[in-house]
Amino acid sequence: MINGQASDASRLLASSRRDFLRSAAGLTLGSTMLGSPLARAANVPKKRKVIVVTFGGGARDQETFAPEGQENVPNMMRELIPRAAFFTQVVNQGILGHYVATASLATGVYETINNFASLPPEHPTAFEYYRKDLRRPSSDAWVVAPSNGFNRIGESSHRSYGPGLGARVILPKYLLKAAMSRGSTDYEHLLRDNYETPYYTPELGGSEFELEQLESILKLSVDNFKVHARTLSSPDELSLYIVRQLMRQVAPSLLWITMHDIDIAHAGAYSLYIEGIRRTDRLCAELWKTIEQEPEYAGKTTLLILPDFGRDADNDSGGNGFQHHRTGDALSRTTWLMAIGPGIREGVVYDRAVDSVDLVPTLGAMLGFSASLCRGKPISEVL
Amino acid sequence: MLPRDLKPELFASYPPEARKLAAKYIAAFQGLPLSFLPSLLREVIDYDFKFPAERRALEQELTKLASLSPVETGEWFQAFSAIKLSSKLEQFDWVNSPAQFVEQLSSHLWTTHQLDAFRKAATEYADRLGSGMAPEPPPLPRLGITVIGRGVVNYSEPLFRKLRPQGAYFSRVRSEKGLQILLTAVESRAKTHPIPYGHWYIDGGQALEHAASVTGVSYAALEPVRAALLEKMRSEIARPGMGPEMLRTVMAQLRPGDLGIAKSADPVLDRFQVRLLTEGSGTQIFSTSFTQWAAREALRRAQPASLLVRFGPRQRQKPMNELLSPAGEKPELDFVGSLVDADMGAYYKWQNQQRQSGDDKAMFLVWFEDHSAALAISPTMPRGTESNSEIDLAQLLAWMT
Repeated sequence: MINGQASDASRLLASSRRDFLRSAAGLTLGSTMLGSPLARAANVPKKRKVIVVTFGGGARDQETFAPEGQENVPNMMRELIPRAAFFTQVVNQGILGHYVATASLATGVYETINNFASLPPEHPTAFEYYRKDLRRPSSDAWVVAPSNGFNRIGESSHRSYGPGLGARVILPKYLLKAAMSRGSTDYEHLLRDNYETPYYTPELGGSEFELEQLESILKLSVDNFKVHARTLSSPDELSLYIVRQLMRQVAPSLLWITMHDIDIAHAGAYSLYIEGIRRTDRLCAELWKTIEQEPEYAGKTTLLILPDFGRDADNDSGGNGFQHHRTGDALSRTTWLMAIGPGIREGVVYDRAVDSVDLVPTLGAMLGFSASLCRGKPISEVL
Repeated sequence: MLPRDLKPELFASYPPEARKLAAKYIAAFQGLPLSFLPSLLREVIDYDFKFPAERRALEQELTKLASLSPVETGEWFQAFSAIKLSSKLEQFDWVNSPAQFVEQLSSHLWTTHQLDAFRKAATEYADRLGSGMAPEPPPLPRLGITVIGRGVVNYSEPLFRKLRPQGAYFSRVRSEKGLQILLTAVESRAKTHPIPYGHWYIDGGQALEHAASVTGVSYAALEPVRAALLEKMRSEIARPGMGPEMLRTVMAQLRPGDLGIAKSADPVLDRFQVRLLTEGSGTQIFSTSFTQWAAREALRRAQPASLLVRFGPRQRQKPMNELLSPAGEKPELDFVGSLVDADMGAYYKWQNQQRQSGDDKAMFLVWFEDHSAALAISPTMPRGTESNSEIDLAQLLAWMT
């Protein structure tokens, strides 16, 4: 548990975020809303789809939803927030490393696996619950992640679940490296995406989505993939390109996208961190547009966007501000969640504390599976 | 092994001064919990390579710990004693490798959800220690100068946004010979108040000639060291079984000689510079990251009375599509991005300066190099104000004092 002082700080952060959002976007405070959940439930389509986006590599309030940060998230402010239910206080009480934190989000249990090793989560993932409970095929749950370190995120090592029951995982940069390396040049540098250790390339383990499957599953020729990749400026842009292809050709009901560009902050260059936030903001809005345009998704998809955690505060002498997330202070643990889609109240801000591990049971309630081994509670306001 | 089992001979591998220090305070060490002691030994083992301000602070801390009765020691370290450690940590050679122990302890605290309890214990300890020791003010008010934006021709966005509430913004600063004026001011302070490592000049590019009384660090001068380090990192990464944590440990153990630095007259500064590159994140690649980190570490460790920091342009981060082209060409520079980095770096430098003693009298100046914008913070400067008067940097410095 975080201590009392940190909890107070989390509430303050949430409060300032809420005040800003209310004034900037004309939103309503959730606690003042009274409405029938049954009435809202009637608006939820039966064949519901859910897309989860982790807002890439940790971002702080002051560069996103605080007054001075709004210039960095214009698309979310203008296009998404007015249509979303927004939770101002999502607290991550686990280990603040990107892989282990994302694994915790995916399992609903604070995982303690080595952040830098190629290991599966120890507890069942949302993908395994979904596929096992609802007897869904492997084509119905996918993960797209730019970082090679996330290759094992799709399925756990849990003996009741595990191999064969998880999500299929695409690492677009891994595919790109494979596609480009068919010539003589070595493109190993493309895989160096662990910004905490910039020259280290995480090892791959488990079953990879192979290059040949680009054509057979995504209906994308290697040549077209290479040509398009040359027009993109970042790994997250490449991820969105693959996501769109996946939505059109496979249309999975549970899709998880891990953005990672923002984590360039570890290199210490503030301008690159801001650039990463602005790009991720744009990509989130583009994803929502794609959802609205694709017949398989329009009108029946819930989009959930949340950072895995924040980053260190400027005034914590133990850290170095935006650069890392090592102090475990309130700013690095407290973040937000946005939910958009049919049946979700629009333009409402909730400032009660939500836990990071509440995501999986919420997905369970939305899609109809029981996340029996997770530790969180469903977020009732979006159900 | 536990702290109560410590014997003087266990410190045999420590450098000479550190060994003497450890022997002197071994009785105090024996009463401390294992969750705390290695972090103290991490400082002790580096004693020979510490700046005078760090040595004084460490000696004061050890003196205070040695003065505590067993009951007081129990009270002071109750929260640390409640931290549960693994037997693996207890068996670790924490006497000879305290820094590696602390890394493993950090991982253990995260994994066992004890980080918040440890943070609380550490904060309480620092408060207790601080309340008993009045920080020594600098012999003259601290002066921090930051120069940003070298090479930027035009920039229309507002600068110093985070610092403006703290001081006065000047929009018509005469820029002629600006850098030389600022360097001369630091040299003059060094001449009138000669303090070992008391006056610094850190340059994110090629440094200007400066007086020997000013401690100098420059990114350009460290180019061969950075190249040697990057080569070392590449070869280590290629070794089977190497991972990020082991790489960090290997880098932390590198010494100046490992990176081609010949023995010099200033081993303390040599060790400091190597640490900037081996412990800083991004410092090996981006000059702006190096400069910000160097300023932070100089303030934290040497606590200088004067610190001139000049940011230079860093290399441009290549977008992914450019990475798909064959590499090899010399990286371009990102002037505007570097200005944004440096603007934030100036804010962090001011924050770090204000953590030092004498903060109520401290002065801070940031200037957009070769341009007319500057911001001055000092007890004499009205906060949150703006001046359109024409002024040169020498006058501005005079107004601040």
